[in-house]
Amino acid sequence: MEVLIFLLFILVLAIFLGFEVISKVPSLLHTPLMSGSNAISGVTIVGALIAAGLGEGEDTAALIGGVAVAFATINVVGGYLVTNRMLGMFRKKDK
Amino acid sequence: MEDVRTLLNLVYILSAVTFILGFKLMGRPTTARQGNILSAVGMAAAVVATLMFPEVVRYTYIAAGLAIGAVIGALFAFRTPMTGMPQMVGLLNGFGGAASLLVAWAEFVAHPEQPIYQGIIIWLTVLIGTVTLSGSLVAWAKLEERFIPTKPVLYPGQRTVSILLLAAILGGGIWFALDMNAPTAAQVLGAVTALAFVLGILLVIPIGGADMPVVISLLNSYSGMAACASGFIIQNNLLIVAGALVGASGIILTLIMCKAMNRSVANVVLGGFGADLPGKAQAVVGEIKPVKPDEAYLILEAANSVVIVPGYGLAVSQAQHAVRELMEAMEKNGTEVRFAIHPVAGRMPGHMNVLLAEANISYDALVEMDAINPTMDTVDVCMIIGANDVVNPAALEDKNSPLWGMPIIEAHRARTVIVMKRSMGKGFAGVENPLFFRNNTRMLFGDAKASLQALINEFKGSGN
Repeated sequence: MEVLIFLLFILVLAIFLGFEVISKVPSLLHTPLMSGSNAISGVTIVGALIAAGLGEGEDTAALIGGVAVAFATINVVGGYLVTNRMLGMFRKKDK
Repeated sequence: MEDVRTLLNLVYILSAVTFILGFKLMGRPTTARQGNILSAVGMAAAVVATLMFPEVVRYTYIAAGLAIGAVIGALFAFRTPMTGMPQMVGLLNGFGGAASLLVAWAEFVAHPEQPIYQGIIIWLTVLIGTVTLSGSLVAWAKLEERFIPTKPVLYPGQRTVSILLLAAILGGGIWFALDMNAPTAAQVLGAVTALAFVLGILLVIPIGGADMPVVISLLNSYSGMAACASGFIIQNNLLIVAGALVGASGIILTLIMCKAMNRSVANVVLGGFGADLPGKAQAVVGEIKPVKPDEAYLILEAANSVVIVPGYGLAVSQAQHAVRELMEAMEKNGTEVRFAIHPVAGRMPGHMNVLLAEANISYDALVEMDAINPTMDTVDVCMIIGANDVVNPAALEDKNSPLWGMPIIEAHRARTVIVMKRSMGKGFAGVENPLFFRNNTRMLFGDAKASLQALINEFKGSGN
């Protein structure tokens, strides 16, 4: 239970930080912001890897974890790559 | 052993720092790309660190999952056209939810003997993750215009059904959390998952196509919350911090979108916009004045400054490259050309900016609504391509209009307005647009791309 309180503390601080940092992103970049945050929400891959790496006697959990790894990887790889591709298109031309 | 663990947790802290700095660098177009790369490096470090944890002993599923995910992700990233970005982001939101919900399931299957609060967290993760998944699938289908109608799907007793579903999910959660070790616990969690799936569908299906920017933003936020909740299950700070950042980002975008439509989040989410229009909207006076491309050309040719207002119609007819060509032709003719971007133009936040950037239009020329409006009186020609409600002056002038109070791009204040439009149909809101009937408005009917091409040909033909 003590751990839970500690984690909640982190959560609250992170929410404030998030609002502070992200409200400064201009509307010009809102689509890459979304695809970039798609990639970051793939951070759940950490939990998926731990589950998929479980040893003997945990076959079912490991299998479910493996599927989770696949979904999270799509997010991480797809999210970062498409964001990179998009941001490469934002150019300022010299006139 | 403990030393390794400490070291790996330090890597997680570094990853969290890269995510935060990544978002910070995203604040400017010149640094955004570095921010994204930095964040990706942090994610790669977190993955490598996790693989080094002593309890990770089986690598077959991990290798398979990583390989399959990477291939599918890369295919998505390289093959999705910019017009398809809303669908892709929608789908990725759903996959994020799916991953979190599966992590919760795996944790339950592996360690059913846990205190009640862990049961509640597992249940919550499953709930948020599943709603994100099914809601995103519906949003994706609506954006693809496949399987599900884009128009709001309304049925009697909608709210009652949703509330009953939520109550059943809540009851299931209590039953599940009280004894995760009971033989029936898996069935109960299974039922919760199924009900949450239905709930996600029911929440998104009544929402119409033009409200998609709000829905996508909200689901984006949910996918972050799901990751955050799964962080509580495995007691991992990185997941909590990263999930909270994404959750906050989605909420910010949701609020911006709602403000730009002058509606509350509840109003959008509960759906049914336009179902009960107020009694008497002002009658529209004036007459439609259609023009041919050669007449429109003469107006544009004489203009010193032109503002283009793009809308979803531009994306539909894939006219972004034609717009660039016309822009170049006009600039060669000595005309200053800018684009006015309404926050909810298109199907997701920033949709128009991405499309125009793809067509190689400098982001200097993309101006936000609040910056363009004060200059509108000095604009010679405002050209509207496939937009409707976001330039409807009734939002400012007619208290009985359903659009009343919505911030608009004040195109009607320009000396001349040229509206490119397929036909005289109404906008999504089903509201008549008095702009089309004004004295200074000319209508150029036809497909946006074809009309633009005709204008480009006029410019070329004139020998500039």
